[in-house]
Amino acid sequence: MSDRLTMQSIAALVPPGSRVLDLGCGDGAMLDLLQRERNCSGYGIEIADANVLACVKRGVNVIQLNLDEGLSMFDDESFDVVLQIDTLQHLHNTEIMLVETARVGRIGIVAFPNFAHWPNRLSIARGRMPVTKRLPYQWYDTPNIRVGTFKDFEVLATKNRLAILDAYGLQEGREIRFLPNARASTAVFKIERG
Amino acid sequence: MIVTPQSMDFAEPLDLQSGASIRGYSLAYETYGALNADKSNAVLICHALNASHHVAGTYEGQENSDGWWDTMIGPGKPVDTDRFFVIGVNNLGSCFGSTGPMHVNPDNGKVYGADFPVVTVEDWVNAQARLLDGLGIEKLAAVMGGSLGGMQALSWTLQYPQRVAHAVVVASAPNLTAENIAFNEVARRAIVTDPDFHGGHFYQHGVVPKRGLRIARMIGHITYLSDDVMNEKFGRQLRERIDPAAALAAAQGLLARDAGRSVGDYLYSTQDVEFQIESYLRYQGDKFSEYFDANTYLLITRALDYFDPARRHNGNLTKALAPATARFLLVSFLTDWRFAPRRSREIVKALLDNRRDVSYAEIDAPHGHDAFLLEDPRYMGVVRSYFERIGKEIGSGAATPPVGAKALPVPGAAILAANAGAPA
Repeated sequence: MSDRLTMQSIAALVPPGSRVLDLGCGDGAMLDLLQRERNCSGYGIEIADANVLACVKRGVNVIQLNLDEGLSMFDDESFDVVLQIDTLQHLHNTEIMLVETARVGRIGIVAFPNFAHWPNRLSIARGRMPVTKRLPYQWYDTPNIRVGTFKDFEVLATKNRLAILDAYGLQEGREIRFLPNARASTAVFKIERG
Repeated sequence: MIVTPQSMDFAEPLDLQSGASIRGYSLAYETYGALNADKSNAVLICHALNASHHVAGTYEGQENSDGWWDTMIGPGKPVDTDRFFVIGVNNLGSCFGSTGPMHVNPDNGKVYGADFPVVTVEDWVNAQARLLDGLGIEKLAAVMGGSLGGMQALSWTLQYPQRVAHAVVVASAPNLTAENIAFNEVARRAIVTDPDFHGGHFYQHGVVPKRGLRIARMIGHITYLSDDVMNEKFGRQLRERIDPAAALAAAQGLLARDAGRSVGDYLYSTQDVEFQIESYLRYQGDKFSEYFDANTYLLITRALDYFDPARRHNGNLTKALAPATARFLLVSFLTDWRFAPRRSREIVKALLDNRRDVSYAEIDAPHGHDAFLLEDPRYMGVVRSYFERIGKEIGSGAATPPVGAKALPVPGAAILAANAGAPA
């Protein structure tokens, strides 16, 4: 999800000057953007060697950790913002990590592929798992260990007493606020502890 | 890269943490690359238990005299001496050129022996700072070390925060665990109980407590490797046995070269070398006992034991690291059980709590603690990239020739290099 408009849209949710923890920060592009354009500071968490290297090359602080081991290294509300951008679908302990995100950060921003986007529904209606630009993998060969929908996330957030501060969809870099569950390939949520 | 060791003398007493002081000492060091005009490209390399100032390069006319971190440091290497002015220094109390227990105490004209003052990581850092003063370097672009060397790098950021821009701390820890101190104590007892030790004054008896040194080295070696690597390297292989007559015939060309060598059944002996691992450990122990000083071994393992910056803060490492302003890179290795990743994570957490810049790489290398001296591409890549960032910050100052100092004879350089594969 390195599309510039998508990144800009999510970056706009981060208050300027925030101290940010980016869970599953990839090559550090988002943190780099936040540091350069929004005067933020912070750290990325990554497990993949190549991504850790890419972050060091960019000059982005990166901590090599497996998120499935939890966030015990981080104290309550030790960050202004905790990001989970395209991370949730790779986690075994999604629910725990969601609660952890809200514990460590004053606010959490979560973005993930929305499985209820209409082309996916169409594909399922035809009896096949979707292969799209946003979910480009065959069902038998995918790094995603789960898929979920915009609505699913609302339910999970409510179950865990998280307050949704903002929620919308992103499609081709545009914000979708009308029927995002059907009309957007990416779901974006801004949450805090309720 | 041909390099020449140098030495700097210090007449002024250095106050030590113990309350003692030492005067009239000298430090052996080497430098690689050129100091730039604004003296902003200096990198200090701190050594671990049995290494020295000979960090990189080779000595003129001496084969196998590579520095102990030659894979990491040199022209075009991750710590690029075409860009950085790199300094290697031998610590006080060591046995490779700097003043140590085998030298004469100027206060009484006698060899120090066991009376050499106990030195700590903090004392070494103070001594290194004086060396930098002598070289005219106010601020380091980076201080770097592995294991005990990493402890020195960390301590630099606490003792002289304004003099360090970056710290690279590899396979290290904020202090030793009980198990780690226990290993050191076994090694020390092996040395001290050797009848040739003579309470540390063995020099005047013309002997060396080699038995103790051998055992100390053997136990050290076990802890530097992972179980898996040791099994892969040696497994349960039995030692090759050599039939002397057949070996002689082979040497004379009468039989095939490997004639006379066989791996047979057990010897059913309790004292002969039976397994390859025994042979390896005995060889390493023998080699070590030929060049390493027994008192130095005691001093350096004690410095390891004592290091604990959180001690003055009721064990609170976050408070202890508060003075550090440097930016950090930490690296650990998953199979390193002597300086385990969780120990590096403690440092990372304390730096995070203090809102310091830190990156941390946890390398999935199989080699245990030894990995920090080996060439894992992920490890080398991260260090290289980190130093490239430092290089960009510095920009390009015009280079000046290295600072001169008196040349030091090269004592057993081949030994220093041969012993590169052994850290702590």
